[in-house]
Amino acid sequence: MADTTATPLVLLRGGRVLDPSTGLDEVGDVLLRDGKVEHAGGSLGEVRRDGDLTEVDCRGLVVSPGFIDVHCHLREPGREDVETIATGARAAAAGGFTAVCAMPNTDPVTDNQAAVGFIIRQAQLAGAARVYPIGAISVGQKGEALAEFGEMIGAGAVAVSDDGKPVASAQLMRTALEYARAFNIPVADHCEEPTLARGGAMNEGIVSARLGLKGIPDEAEEIMVIRDILLSRRTGGHVHLCHMSTKGSVELIRWGKERGIRVTAEVCPHHISLTEDAVEGYNTNAKMNPPLRTAEDVAALQEAVKDGTIDLVATDHAPHHYDEKEREFSDAPNGIVGLETALAVLVTHLVAPGIISYDTLVDRMSCSPARVFGLPGGTLRKGSVGDVTVFDPTAGWTVDPAQFRTKGRNSPYNGMSLTGRAMCTVVGGRIVYRHNA
Amino acid sequence: MSAAAIGKDLLGLEHLTPEQITLILDTAVPFKEISERAIKKVPTLRGMTIVNLFFEASTRTRISFEFAEKRLSADTVNVAASGSSVSKGETLVDTARNLEAMKIDMVVIRHQGSGAARFLADRIQSNVINAGDGTHEHPTQGLLDLLTLRERFGTLSGVRVCLCGDVLHSRVARSNLWGLQKLGAEVAVCGPRSLLPNAIDELGVRVFSRIEEAIEWAQALNILRLQLERMQAGYIPSLREYNRVFGVTRERLERAPRDIVIMHPGPMNRGVEIDSDVADGPHSVILDQVTNGVAVRMAVLYLLAGGRPELAEAAKG
Amino acid sequence: MAYWRSMSAPTILLNAAAVGRTVRRMAEEIVELFDGTEGLILVGIQRRGVQLAQRIGAVIEQTEGVSVPRGALDITLYRDDLQTVGPRPLVGKTDLPWAIDGKRLVIVDDVLHTGRTIRAALDELADFGRPARIALAVLVDRGGRELPIHADIVGKTVEVPPEGRVDVQVSDLDGVDAVLVNRGSQG
Repeated sequence: MADTTATPLVLLRGGRVLDPSTGLDEVGDVLLRDGKVEHAGGSLGEVRRDGDLTEVDCRGLVVSPGFIDVHCHLREPGREDVETIATGARAAAAGGFTAVCAMPNTDPVTDNQAAVGFIIRQAQLAGAARVYPIGAISVGQKGEALAEFGEMIGAGAVAVSDDGKPVASAQLMRTALEYARAFNIPVADHCEEPTLARGGAMNEGIVSARLGLKGIPDEAEEIMVIRDILLSRRTGGHVHLCHMSTKGSVELIRWGKERGIRVTAEVCPHHISLTEDAVEGYNTNAKMNPPLRTAEDVAALQEAVKDGTIDLVATDHAPHHYDEKEREFSDAPNGIVGLETALAVLVTHLVAPGIISYDTLVDRMSCSPARVFGLPGGTLRKGSVGDVTVFDPTAGWTVDPAQFRTKGRNSPYNGMSLTGRAMCTVVGGRIVYRHNA
Repeated sequence: MSAAAIGKDLLGLEHLTPEQITLILDTAVPFKEISERAIKKVPTLRGMTIVNLFFEASTRTRISFEFAEKRLSADTVNVAASGSSVSKGETLVDTARNLEAMKIDMVVIRHQGSGAARFLADRIQSNVINAGDGTHEHPTQGLLDLLTLRERFGTLSGVRVCLCGDVLHSRVARSNLWGLQKLGAEVAVCGPRSLLPNAIDELGVRVFSRIEEAIEWAQALNILRLQLERMQAGYIPSLREYNRVFGVTRERLERAPRDIVIMHPGPMNRGVEIDSDVADGPHSVILDQVTNGVAVRMAVLYLLAGGRPELAEAAKG
Repeated sequence: MAYWRSMSAPTILLNAAAVGRTVRRMAEEIVELFDGTEGLILVGIQRRGVQLAQRIGAVIEQTEGVSVPRGALDITLYRDDLQTVGPRPLVGKTDLPWAIDGKRLVIVDDVLHTGRTIRAALDELADFGRPARIALAVLVDRGGRELPIHADIVGKTVEVPPEGRVDVQVSDLDGVDAVLVNRGSQG
């Protein structure tokens, strides 16, 4: 960030310092100076106060490299009534994220360098979490002509995606993977075979049969997963598979990784914590694409987060206006907000039952996203960027969307009791969020 | 001698108990007699206002509800989607709240969206009756089918009923399925797999791929209407082929080991899912279904209307 | 039920033999009132009125050697308290298979109390046609009228306070003929 030159000192004192990128896990201190990590690990004792020192008592808390969400929708430009880059970046910080990647399905679409530059400027003004733009794969996300990857990367984009829309044309996907190699960026795909998924409102299965809602079969996702993996094998391009939702997808990714194909994949907190049963009663806050699947899928995805088949967790944060969700299920838009519940959902549904450790949680939310998308952060190594998340792994709270920083209120976790909460978020050595402060 | 409550709304049969369904059927029986009188009207719902809110074209269901309402002396208003602000983009919830602000007592809703009746019921105080929501449920049709079968067989327990045709898109099929299962009937479905839900095997029904097998097994066939747009959408190749492979024809019925009761929710596509000489034949109860429709709807209106429990104590004294 | 516990034990107003005698006398009085049985229809009110109408009809048939048509009337749908009555009362069968225009009807019920049931019955009968005359015969008149209605033929008159109960039992439904009176908590 531009304004880090005069950054004062930040001392995070007495927490459990957990950094899977360096194998660090001990109670101690983290010191940030000039926007960078100066020390992470053992206790420092007295620190020389050669500037404005802010000390944060982190006893009982976990201090980790900052969380990075590679998949969110900030709605600006076009739907500033629903979310802006500023409100999104503040919601991210409140959720413990020090950086987020903004998907290009705005209005107009982020498909050129000027649009990328706009997002970066807005994010700097917000001064909360970092925001990295993702450029469109095709002009206008129309699935026809390739967008100008090179210029968008030059302006600050970190990846390309037509997210929200699948890349229906296999030829376009092939070209994108080939062309992206020059810039060493991932091509992130929303895997959905459009003719199979058309008109679908939820998972195809017993619940859709009972509720009389058109279902989206697993195969709509899996056909595109294997297509993308095969195209990656053909082209050598890095394909990143967004929001995986089925057991079959996990098996296909495992197949690809075993063969050394450059495939990475993400899963959303809701797909590893909720099932299609949440749709019961036509709850539009349980409507998203891909849809919530079965308990068997959830178990397979949890296991894949544990063993690394799924590389990282991303929120697919998708705020909608209250009125848009307050309607008949089949007409309601897809998507839920996720930035401010992601950490707690993972702690409650994966760490607490003993499926993954905090070490793995920090890897999938910080180290791995940085690695996969080639972003700064994801580590507390000396000299690296001063992005740090401090969270309370034992804090219990009840989700009340009215308290969210995001403008969106569309959360399926409304009213649920969760454990785990971001207490302090530091971006570039500067505290951008403190809980109850 | 008071009836167990069936709740504020009638949204579907899936969540009713067998006792509640039986209560509605038992209540419908005396209501049949009212429609036989010279003056087909009782004062039961006098002063009550009912809105028939139809977002989807329907003639028979709306008329049946209207007769039921008028024979119980309710005041009724019909709102059709084309004639209201609904077509100007007003949301369902706004439409409903506006109606309720005019102090209505009940809404009968037909809507193309599954769950629309539930959506409305969750948001307004008035009683809501689902007259068909998308491909979800059509509970009063299910109830009138149950009543018709019960009249024929004396009971539903152990009766073998096959739902034939487009189960995937049929709200009638779902309401029948739940109602029949709850009252102890054996249920089968028969149709091309492209028109059956993928998860049909998990619904506890027998599945026949061939209509001949269904006829061999069943005591009654409930033949669902084949929406003509299913052909355009590519679910079946042609109506002609559908009739030849899945149509209920006299020739097929003549080979049955027993007389089979024939039902159809209407409107019929004669020569597609059902042949005319079957529809008009001696074992067809299709017109009984229509008669029972009015009685069942009167029973539902009667059971849902009024009866405010908070006033019940005062009334006893 | 708490309601019952608060009440004293019921006393027998009429035993089986007394019910039999009363029914025979009521049958006689109906024939006397109408000076014969020409155009006579007995309309019992669901449920115990229907049984009493059967009994009275049988007596008249035996003594007069004619057949007396009998019908059943369920007045539930004509009640004036449906909006407040709580869970919906079960609807019984109405069965009036004859045209009632110009006929002489006798409404038969077990107990006459507020008169509201009879008001509902008169409304309902008006929807079926225009009888020449309607009379009312009740086994027990317990007083406590809330409407200007009186019975033409009464089996037994007894004053019972509003909190009390009169229960008519007929052998077809209850296994025994009897009329029980409970005068309420203080008797």
